[in-house]
Amino acid sequence: MDDLSNPVLSVKKLNKQFGPGCSQCGKADSAVLVKNFCPVCGTVYACRDISFDLYPGEVLGIVGESGSGKSTLMRQLYFDQEATSGEVYIRFYHDGKKNVLNESSQQKRYIRNHLMGKVYQNPLLGLRMNFSSIGNIAEKLIAAGNRNVGQMVLRGQVLLEEVNIPLFRMKEEPQKFSGGMQQRVQIAKALSNNPPILLLDEVTTGLDLSVQANVLDLIRNLQRELKISMIVVSHDLGVIRMLADRTFVMLEGKIIEQGLTDQILEDPQHPYTQQLVHSLL
Amino acid sequence: MENILTVESLSKTFRLHSVNKEIRAINKISFVVKEGEFVGITGKSGSGKSTILKCIYRTYLPESGDIWYNSKKFGLINLREATEREMIYLRKHEIGYVSQFLNALPRITAREIVKQAILEMGHNDKYAEEETEKILTHFELDPQLWDSYVATFSGGEKLRLNIARAMVKRPRLLLLDEPTASLDDESKEKVRVLMEQLVREGTTMLGIFHDMLFMQNLCDVEYRMLDGEIIKYSEKNPFTKH
Repeated sequence: MDDLSNPVLSVKKLNKQFGPGCSQCGKADSAVLVKNFCPVCGTVYACRDISFDLYPGEVLGIVGESGSGKSTLMRQLYFDQEATSGEVYIRFYHDGKKNVLNESSQQKRYIRNHLMGKVYQNPLLGLRMNFSSIGNIAEKLIAAGNRNVGQMVLRGQVLLEEVNIPLFRMKEEPQKFSGGMQQRVQIAKALSNNPPILLLDEVTTGLDLSVQANVLDLIRNLQRELKISMIVVSHDLGVIRMLADRTFVMLEGKIIEQGLTDQILEDPQHPYTQQLVHSLL
Repeated sequence: MENILTVESLSKTFRLHSVNKEIRAINKISFVVKEGEFVGITGKSGSGKSTILKCIYRTYLPESGDIWYNSKKFGLINLREATEREMIYLRKHEIGYVSQFLNALPRITAREIVKQAILEMGHNDKYAEEETEKILTHFELDPQLWDSYVATFSGGEKLRLNIARAMVKRPRLLLLDEPTASLDDESKEKVRVLMEQLVREGTTMLGIFHDMLFMQNLCDVEYRMLDGEIIKYSEKNPFTKH
């Protein structure tokens, strides 16, 4: 039962707001809110009471329109931004008993470097464009405590081969690479510290179809081989259908529906989800 | 024999918000499936046959009623209330679903599709490889095709592969949603041979078929659907069962 009952990552009532909030919009579901925006004080409620669990070896999909809070949620989980309130527990950190959001920035860096990997939609955020590709991977390895250059080069080579980057180009900077290659270097970098949790934020958006397929196949194979738990954010239902076992739908900062991926696609309940699914070409 | 599946007053209504309509697909359906039985559901298109199967498999969310399934892992479990994680486990290990359509990525080889299904259950690579070849051979899928992409397959080939993928897992309960609808007679016969073999090995089947002849020779019990309700059933005389 271990796999069924013990989550790798547990998120409870996570909130993120941009702006101070005011007496008008302070209450949850306040009537003055226009979608998730308060016209009185200009506060945006980007994530509202997000709770979910991620289980070992599972791929969890998140869909939703632009501005629904998907990426904000991912940024909270990777500590790119500070959450306003909420709790996040990670099984591999103090046995999942400590709320990692309350930890020191040093501890957060430790968690990020040892327990997580993230691939951004924009490779500029995930890579240093004018350092060599192998150097980019080494950066993450050094952050995770590696010091042996020879081992790091070996590990980097293995990873680059895994993501189909020819080794004779490993010393080249990602800025010389195509978008698809940059994305694959990002994936290699994210995987370098063997993270049990991988966050993928719109990794295929903007890539052409064949490159998209290539990157998706890579992710799927890695997931199968390494059994990493993943959160996949996308507004492309095809990507979600291909990768995710379970999916939840976000709108205006809230989770409005969740279920098995095929159920979400074939029997959506919420009006917005129905609209989304029926918009599929 | 124990009941492996007990469906009690299962209802499902689809609410289409954009056009503000409600469509009642099935209304208070009740029936039982005993372990090892082959149960068939007949009825014309639109009578709600597939909806029942999809509710059991949780592709549709059941609206009300209970679906009691006797699981090896969880004991008696109500599939309407089972968690998503439990459903995922059951789908991988105990309950199979086959429809007319091959639900797979176009860029995967036939061998990979079947092998993956076996690996999912936790078997080792060698076993998966052997079983894959065995079942592909049984369905007489041309060995030349084993390592080519399924997107290039003909309709019949896709279907045979689809059934092979579900059957190779030897699920405890197999849901069949008109899997043979577009097969030629010869292929149907192959499916039947395998189905009979699976029944002998203890798999329980709940299936929808259009081909009455095919169904009547195979089924122990038959339920008939009419406008979202189950109206009558016939049972094969146990003494005439071959």
